Amino acid sequence: MSGAEVELETDRCVASGQCVVAAGQVFDQDDDGIAVLLAERPAPEHLDDVREAVAVCPAAAIRLLER
Amino acid sequence: MADTLTGPLPQDPDPVPDFPMPRAARCPFDPPPGLKELQERGPLAKVRLWDGSRPWLVTRHADQRALLGDHRVSADTDSPGYPSKAAGDGGDTKFGFIMLDDPEHARLRRMVTAPFAIRRVEALRPVVQDIVDGLVDDMLAGPGPVDLVEAFALPVPSLVICELLGVPYDDHAFFQDNTRTMVHRDATPEQRGRATREIAEYLGGLIGRRLADPRDDLLSGIAGRVRAGEIDHRTATETALLLLLAGHETTANMIALGTLALFHHPDQLALLRDTEDPALVVSAVEELLRYLSITHLGRRRAVTADIEIGGRLIKAGEGVIMANEIANRDPEVFPDPDRLDLTRDARRHVAFGFGVHQCLGQPLARMELQVVYATLYRRIPTLRPAVPLDEIRFKEDAFIYGVHSLPVTW
Repeated sequence: MSGAEVELETDRCVASGQCVVAAGQVFDQDDDGIAVLLAERPAPEHLDDVREAVAVCPAAAIRLLER
Repeated sequence: MADTLTGPLPQDPDPVPDFPMPRAARCPFDPPPGLKELQERGPLAKVRLWDGSRPWLVTRHADQRALLGDHRVSADTDSPGYPSKAAGDGGDTKFGFIMLDDPEHARLRRMVTAPFAIRRVEALRPVVQDIVDGLVDDMLAGPGPVDLVEAFALPVPSLVICELLGVPYDDHAFFQDNTRTMVHRDATPEQRGRATREIAEYLGGLIGRRLADPRDDLLSGIAGRVRAGEIDHRTATETALLLLLAGHETTANMIALGTLALFHHPDQLALLRDTEDPALVVSAVEELLRYLSITHLGRRRAVTADIEIGGRLIKAGEGVIMANEIANRDPEVFPDPDRLDLTRDARRHVAFGFGVHQCLGQPLARMELQVVYATLYRRIPTLRPAVPLDEIRFKEDAFIYGVHSLPVTW
């Protein structure tokens, strides 16, 4: 666990799947490809992958709040 | 030139460069030198299109991503200021959600996202591997040289998208001829309109049959939306057409042009041929997508409200073109950007665009390219070009960049 928290706005998601490719431990997709958040507070070792997911998400649907 | 000494220096009456720009003859993999000059000069420049209109060209990676993610830009070809690609762009040939804005764009796009989810795409990987292996077997069984485009690059994505949609591959000559006309920049509006109508009628007929007799394919899924009253038959046909077209002309060009680029970077080709590491194949695909940026006419949008970018004001009603091939060579994001380096982390490229319109088929395209690049050079280690580079015809004249043919031997 870490202090960092992930926010996902599924309304904005365009189902590119890029978050799943970047951080498969933290994101999944539903049957229509819309992103699903698996871990609101990801483990510290996954934070770099989450940052990459934030950077590659085409719809700016993911935020990482680091405290 | 005595008279220039007596009067004022002759002024270039029109210093605005034309877009698209020509590539340097000896560097067919690099963006046009004129684009690089514009990028070095500043974030924005005016360019002149075929119809005389003067949209803004956006050259930097960060600015392109910001604009493509901005709801104040429109992808609708009917929006005032939209930079038209060619005569007949829009109007009669307007099709699919690619030319609509949210919320209608999102509504229609979400109807066809399911097959492109990562797990679904991964489940197709063995099917794609079989297709690729079968085509390599056929090549090896016959005499060389062969045209890699016809024998391999086009059949791979064509077989895959036909399988996914449920379009009979036996009809491929028909729809490949028509899709080629649809994406040819010099096609007349009449030719493009006719090709579009013929293929739309064909797909409309298939959807009609799936309405009565559904199967386990994407056309049946689209037909189901018609039955449920969510979309009309015309929209269903346009959606199918978009997927068929996009599934063909992009991946095929990445396969052939990527192979040619690798021939000219033998050290990089050797990396792919000799690797046991799937992660290297993944990064190689991203780097080739970045390096080649085959959608060379740019992502085009109309600005619907004043937007400041790079210290300049783009006004409502003006057009913007995001030339992704130059953003993908932005040294701020990709150090030593003109070097092809399959080991670099190139994931932030904009080869698939950015924002809500980013390519829907990208997971499928990536997987196909991973299978192709991991298989082709390993199974045919002596694969090499059968003609010199200066005999290759590049697709400067098409909406998607690539090569018309690529004779290879082994």
